[in-house]
Amino acid sequence: MTQTQELISSRPPAGSRLAVHTEDLVKTFGETRAVDNICLDVAEGEIFGVLGPNGAGKTTVLRMLATLLDIDSGVAQIFGVDVARSPHVVRQLIGLTGQYASVDEGLTALENLRLFGRLQGLSRAQARSTADDLLTQFALEEAANKPLAKFSGGMRRRLDLAASLITRPPLIFLDEPTTGLDPRTRGQMWTTIRSLVADGATVLLTTQYLDEADQLADRIAVIDHGRTVAEGTPDELKSSVGVSTLQLDVASAVQGAEAARVIEAVLGTEVHLAPEQGRITVPLPAADKAGDVLVALRAASISVASLQVSKPSLDEVFLALTGSGVPDEQNDPTSSTVQETH
Amino acid sequence: MTTSTLAPAAVATDPAARTTPHVTLSAGLSQTFSLAWRALKTMQRNPEQLFDVIVQPLLFTAMFAYIFGGAISGSVADYLPLLIPGILAQTSLTACMATGVKLREDMDKGVFDRFKSLPIARTAPIAGPMVADLLRYFIAATLTFFTGILMGYRPGGGVWGVSGAILLVVVAGWSLAWIFAWLGTIARSATSVQGISMMIMFPLTFLSNAFVTVDTLPSWLQTFVKVNPVSHIVTAVRDLANNGTVGAEVGWALFACAVVIAIFAPLAVRRYSRSV
Repeated sequence: MTQTQELISSRPPAGSRLAVHTEDLVKTFGETRAVDNICLDVAEGEIFGVLGPNGAGKTTVLRMLATLLDIDSGVAQIFGVDVARSPHVVRQLIGLTGQYASVDEGLTALENLRLFGRLQGLSRAQARSTADDLLTQFALEEAANKPLAKFSGGMRRRLDLAASLITRPPLIFLDEPTTGLDPRTRGQMWTTIRSLVADGATVLLTTQYLDEADQLADRIAVIDHGRTVAEGTPDELKSSVGVSTLQLDVASAVQGAEAARVIEAVLGTEVHLAPEQGRITVPLPAADKAGDVLVALRAASISVASLQVSKPSLDEVFLALTGSGVPDEQNDPTSSTVQETH
Repeated sequence: MTTSTLAPAAVATDPAARTTPHVTLSAGLSQTFSLAWRALKTMQRNPEQLFDVIVQPLLFTAMFAYIFGGAISGSVADYLPLLIPGILAQTSLTACMATGVKLREDMDKGVFDRFKSLPIARTAPIAGPMVADLLRYFIAATLTFFTGILMGYRPGGGVWGVSGAILLVVVAGWSLAWIFAWLGTIARSATSVQGISMMIMFPLTFLSNAFVTVDTLPSWLQTFVKVNPVSHIVTAVRDLANNGTVGAEVGWALFACAVVIAIFAPLAVRRYSRSV
């Protein structure tokens, strides 16, 4: 796979103000470089997705930008304000919704919102009316006085997000906003996130789900082991992976190599072959191309044991971007955003 | 879900231009009181948090008076004027031990992430609950006097002397709580805070003049007992409650409290704002 590095060409539109700017951001925990030279530029008004598996360093990046973690080295700026030097100013520009509910479990929804309003300098009356507005807006008014223990996962996330919006910060960090939510609640959350941006905010979100990044983000950075593997628009990212993935088992494994050649000829893309099982994995530009593949295989008298067409998962993105997960030979300290794959 | 009520966040102007460089003192105080309100709400919903400050004064006053009264002062009634101020100091120290444990538990919750990411004074999340704890010291001190009076203690200082003594114990409890708040920020778990706090609390209360007169102690121990802030607090409380006099010891007690705050408050706040 050689097309991945071109993917990284995408930059924020020229001339736009940057909501987030980082240069060679590093965070080390003991021996591990949890965040390893991350460079991000997020333009004002954008939804920027940071995509990666568990433990990739997504949350660590967010926590550094939100002044919760010290920056070991590198530069981080929020609207041009240095995070390490002026944390108090940065805190006035951001709203953070964490991976775990960052609201007080001992208070009701209404009390939580009033408390956070008061803490941020609203008067008693302002805090009350803002809390009421937000509860209405997030469809929580019926649960306003219920203890949080009775809240569903989706309600908690909504309250959490509402608590981040009290002072309408221009930049909102969302750490895995829909992890653990059912599909319907997830869709509602997406709608809410989109409306935030429509209202002028900038959103930086982390996610483990490719479809979420695809649905929401204007641009995506894929990170793994603390490094940027690729950066681009969802379309750029997808075109490297294919819209869907074809997984095919050849009836007799000896025909695997021949089948791979046939499929390559039909699709014009490189295929991944696991010879011992005769299993072939290949990105499909469109799901109906699977038919062409089957026709060609029958013409070549290769019988197929099983066949599956699925949307590309994060695994396949990594497979496509890096060849095989994220290999160790990428530890090239001279490249920062641009990663060469070998 | 509709979000139509949200007016657009500033797009045209530079968002950084609307910020302030520091937390003002009045804003910091107001944030502290907001967080004290939160702690009071939590206490109100979990009344078992007040169990220690209600049961301990009743239990310890009765227990110590009946066990040691005869041996130390000849009779229970004669021991009470010596004992009550000592028990007061002990219960308020135990009460402030809980400050560290609660802070540690609180810091492990997600809501503390939000506190840290808000533009508020770094002291507020620690000082807020401590302000709410003033209520705990007040309950402990009042109940100790109440138990003593039930058992026959007649404070010579009268209403004003006793009120002064309670006020002093509340102030002292709040000051010494900073030691335990600091422990709460450095320890890994609430259980370890409890353990370490016990090891500090017991020497501080028992190696003082809280339960016996100093001249019965070996001279090397007297040296420590005389500088122990708890001794100064106990003596000051005795002056106030038994004689109604504001002696030099009140000054020393307040000075000792100020020293403890000056050392441990910055340590606790610095540690809190750096903790992961």
